[in-house]
Amino acid sequence: MPKVKMPKNSPVLDMTPMVDLAFLLVTFFMLTTQFRPDEPVVVDSPSSISEKILPDKVMLVTVDSAGRVFFNLEGKELRKKMLDQMGAKYSVKFDENEANRFAIMTTFGMTVQQLKQYITMDEMARKIFMKESQGIPYDSLNNQLGDWIRFGRLADAEVSAGEIPIDKSKALRFAIKGDANANYTAIKRVIEVFQEMKVNRFNLVTNLEQNPNI
Amino acid sequence: MSAIETNDQGGGKKGKHGKVRAKKNSTNMDMTPMVDLAFLLLTFFMLTTTFGKPKTMEINMPVKPDVEVKNEVNNAITVLLSGDNKVYWYYGELKPDTKLTATDFSNNGIRKLFIEKNQKAYDEIQKIRNEGLKNKVADTTLKRMEVDVKGKKYALMVLVKTDDKAKYKNVIDVLDELNITFIGKYALVDLAQQEYDMIKNFQP
Repeated sequence: MPKVKMPKNSPVLDMTPMVDLAFLLVTFFMLTTQFRPDEPVVVDSPSSISEKILPDKVMLVTVDSAGRVFFNLEGKELRKKMLDQMGAKYSVKFDENEANRFAIMTTFGMTVQQLKQYITMDEMARKIFMKESQGIPYDSLNNQLGDWIRFGRLADAEVSAGEIPIDKSKALRFAIKGDANANYTAIKRVIEVFQEMKVNRFNLVTNLEQNPNI
Repeated sequence: MSAIETNDQGGGKKGKHGKVRAKKNSTNMDMTPMVDLAFLLLTFFMLTTTFGKPKTMEINMPVKPDVEVKNEVNNAITVLLSGDNKVYWYYGELKPDTKLTATDFSNNGIRKLFIEKNQKAYDEIQKIRNEGLKNKVADTTLKRMEVDVKGKKYALMVLVKTDDKAKYKNVIDVLDELNITFIGKYALVDLAQQEYDMIKNFQP
């Protein structure tokens, strides 16, 4: 009697579908991914159950754990206009080249006087500078934050003046991104500055947390 | 080595058929390194990618009145925050003999307190939500009904007061609890001197 032979299965397996899938996913992630812009300050925001997402066009004031204040508003044209007016007010002259460099920067936090120096720095120097920076002054004596907010709004109004019809969701919104460990007095002062500029509606940036009601 | 092989075999074949045949290469190639690479990239992009944008909490501050208006508070609870991750509270108006109670940010702490004090409005909104789910009421209608209840006289009003040591996180936590317990009437205000002293001299 011949022995019953088990059919020998080949250990080679066709990996083509798997590769297809893997590359499909790679392509998907490559195309959808947006690298997080290099933020000069690390902020650990508190969590809440709110599910509203941050609006597209937003003026973001960041407050870190030490109470330093940073400012960001995107849009090249807008930033140039804002810088122009800011420079005029504090009599700091920014030339064309500096304005262009400022237009592609992200969050910044220093006095206007220091800003000129900061713009010309390279990445490494900027990082070191940011560590020692005191942030944008926002007390009532030297309220540069208030001016950034005002000129930012003016610049936004100028840039988006031609856009018709006015889309409500595209209106400029104001957000405060505070560190969980920041002192509330700092945030309170920032809110006050906003209110002095007649802004009464904010978005507070938070992380998502599970809603116990669902 | 390969040269020798060709000589041996190729020569033999030539003799038999008289034809040059292209060597049949196997179409199976080892795809393992490619798969490795693909998955490595996949993992990299999956880990670095951040889906969606950060979430935000909306807050409306009242327009600053030129003249300070004193509101009569009857159904109000005042929550005092200091830097110690604790919540001090008292109910009703501030009187010279008002005593503080301390609680914390756990589910049995501030949330229970808010729900208890706001029971009627809380139940009503829960009911609206449940019925809304059952009868498929439009979201906007639901929202309007909720806002309506939140503004009723029996709904609790919360005053959040912070001293100079309070942490931003605690303020957000309280605002979050207010959202969870459906309290729509709240205000962020400054501490009075008496309240400041009460926190300082607090004994459990």
